[in-house]
Amino acid sequence: MKITVATALIKALEFEGVDVMFGHPGGAILPAYDPLYDSSIRHILARHEQGAGHMAEGYAQATGRVGVAMATSGPGATNLVTSLANAYMDSVPIVAITGQVPTHAIGNDAFQEAHTWGITMPATKHNYLVTDPTDIPDVIHEAFHLAGTGRPGPVLVDLPKDILNTEIEWHTPTGQVDLPGYKPNTKGHPLQIRAAVELILSAERPVLYAGGGIIAAGASPQLLELAEKANLPVTTTLMARGAFPDMHPLSLGMPGMHGTYAAITAIQKADLLIAIGARFDDRVTGNPDSFAPHAKVIHADIDPSEIGKVRTAEVPIVGDARIVLDQLISKLDRTLDGREAPAHEDWLETIRAWQRDKVVGYDQEAGGPIKPQYVVEELYRITGGDAIVVAGVGQHQMWASVLWKYSKPRTWINSGGLGTMGYAIPAAIGAKVGMPDRLVYAIDGDGCFQMTMQELTTASTEGVPIKIAVINNNNLGMVRQWQRLFYDGRFSQTELTDHTPDYVKLAEALGCVGLRAEQPSEVAPVIEKSLAINDRPVVVEFKVDPDEMVFPMVPAGGSNDNVALSVEDLK
Amino acid sequence: MKLHVLSVLVEDKPGVLARVSSMFARRGFNIHSLAVGPAADPGNSIMTVVVDAAEIEQVVKQLRKLINTLKITELDPSESVEREVMLVRVSADATQRSELLDAATVFKAKAVDVGATSITFEITGTPSKVNDFLELIRPYGLIDVVKSGWIALARDSKSRNLRAIS
Repeated sequence: MKITVATALIKALEFEGVDVMFGHPGGAILPAYDPLYDSSIRHILARHEQGAGHMAEGYAQATGRVGVAMATSGPGATNLVTSLANAYMDSVPIVAITGQVPTHAIGNDAFQEAHTWGITMPATKHNYLVTDPTDIPDVIHEAFHLAGTGRPGPVLVDLPKDILNTEIEWHTPTGQVDLPGYKPNTKGHPLQIRAAVELILSAERPVLYAGGGIIAAGASPQLLELAEKANLPVTTTLMARGAFPDMHPLSLGMPGMHGTYAAITAIQKADLLIAIGARFDDRVTGNPDSFAPHAKVIHADIDPSEIGKVRTAEVPIVGDARIVLDQLISKLDRTLDGREAPAHEDWLETIRAWQRDKVVGYDQEAGGPIKPQYVVEELYRITGGDAIVVAGVGQHQMWASVLWKYSKPRTWINSGGLGTMGYAIPAAIGAKVGMPDRLVYAIDGDGCFQMTMQELTTASTEGVPIKIAVINNNNLGMVRQWQRLFYDGRFSQTELTDHTPDYVKLAEALGCVGLRAEQPSEVAPVIEKSLAINDRPVVVEFKVDPDEMVFPMVPAGGSNDNVALSVEDLK
Repeated sequence: MKLHVLSVLVEDKPGVLARVSSMFARRGFNIHSLAVGPAADPGNSIMTVVVDAAEIEQVVKQLRKLINTLKITELDPSESVEREVMLVRVSADATQRSELLDAATVFKAKAVDVGATSITFEITGTPSKVNDFLELIRPYGLIDVVKSGWIALARDSKSRNLRAIS
């Protein structure tokens, strides 16, 4: 029986096990929305395509499954670009489907035409412009395969309207993919594994530097096992928060610009850095020339191009983080043959002293103003940490990352590499749709909130009861912090004071419950109240002190030898 | 500046050249020269890419990362044949013609068009030989120059396959 490509597309998505997708219809993609009407796939109607893309990402980050977003041609596709770039940077597996003008109109500046394939090429792992209608089941299967395997990432499939309307014979994808140029290497080379274990056993000051690859590979149990077996302190990057339990005695917390003193300094003093699924991002290394100057480097990554990109590795290992860790553990066991690995007592004691002495704090005075850090700590205390935390980008993101004690992977979702303001609300919706039984609490800033707040309508109309804490300092806080520190306090275009909405009324207007805390004594009660409401999304505004700054801090491009714990240290 | 020559086997799919050049632009790599044509196997193309030596490792790894790339071979100049084609139109009045034609004979360049005020030469050779000829005739006044870009092929079973680290 012949069916249209549009029907085949929906069938192909069902075949891939898609149960939910996020999108926004329009002219060129209309043929695909018709069979969707009869499909078992739940479609979440976003209010902006960027939101749809971030929802697919939040869904993917919370569940580990491939997220799906759909949009029309032209502006629909260009609005998706930010989410594609975000997913590419953070290795989030999503498949984006876009409509395109009919093939005969391509190149003629037709209505709602954009060169989607060309625009998205540098923002995707791979992309397709489908011109042969019979390809569709296999292209969709390939797209899911590419998005979800190797180093995960976004894949876009652009479908001209006439192709969508063409009738074809459906064929079930064979499960085989014809991608001769794509064969990710998942198993580490045995010689490199041996060399790595030798370095691990001879190191005196080792640090395990765990990146987002640990979470993508589901390698947290192996990470814990290796760290405990070889007595290795572990630092988890912004993308790896939750990959290793923060409460574990070997945990150093987050490295980098706003990392813990212990994590940053342990790396600087280390004689061995074991990087797994991490990419030596500039926010981790600061000035790469002075980063970890005494350390030999073992670098394991599934993407060979990450190895040696920033830092030369003495032992390069190409492979999947879970498989490589399993290999390291079993090689370690065989090498030790019942003996104990070095305890690194002095090294761990040095680290414990930093953790004791080199800490930053804040004073929450009873009379206010509310400190943003206090809000994050109260949220952690009252929820017992049992939530999926989703953040935007800025000060609130750093506090949510470092003050929360993460214990499980996929409980921390944020925009790391691209730094996409406005990520929290749509990503939280995606996460909640994927994990409906979990508490999903977004911690957002007021600047970020205003970038994607229209998606609250999506949450309320689609029945996705997320909670959003708006850490409202009436400012673009992180930019303000830089202006204070590096631009003589000239707060150019960062004060939102006179132009800020009433968040409670706004929440209500968009179908959510709006709550507000203006005094420290109100913080715990409004959090309790927000947790008691589960039939609608809840927005809780916390009016906080705009003068709080994120510390520790290493200024951009600076050396990680100079960690500032306060403003005084930067003078 | 030391140059390296890569022979890149890619699937002949629509836009594969755009993918390669987009990646070079995105990563800030300099392409010294790029030439592309069909490979021996139908359905594949061969690209000869000439890049700065300093960037070679990342260039190879990023090229390998493209889904349509099948194989990358770094060609050692001593173990490969490198050629370039150049068409050049140079000013020449009647008094200069024989001088230029003599120079061309030495370089095995062919006069493919002779006019009242100019001669057009075609030359095929190693990129350095082609350059030498260009420099020799430059003083006469170059009107137009077009080069094919480098193409290169490994000599019999002497190619070194540069695989990504594994």
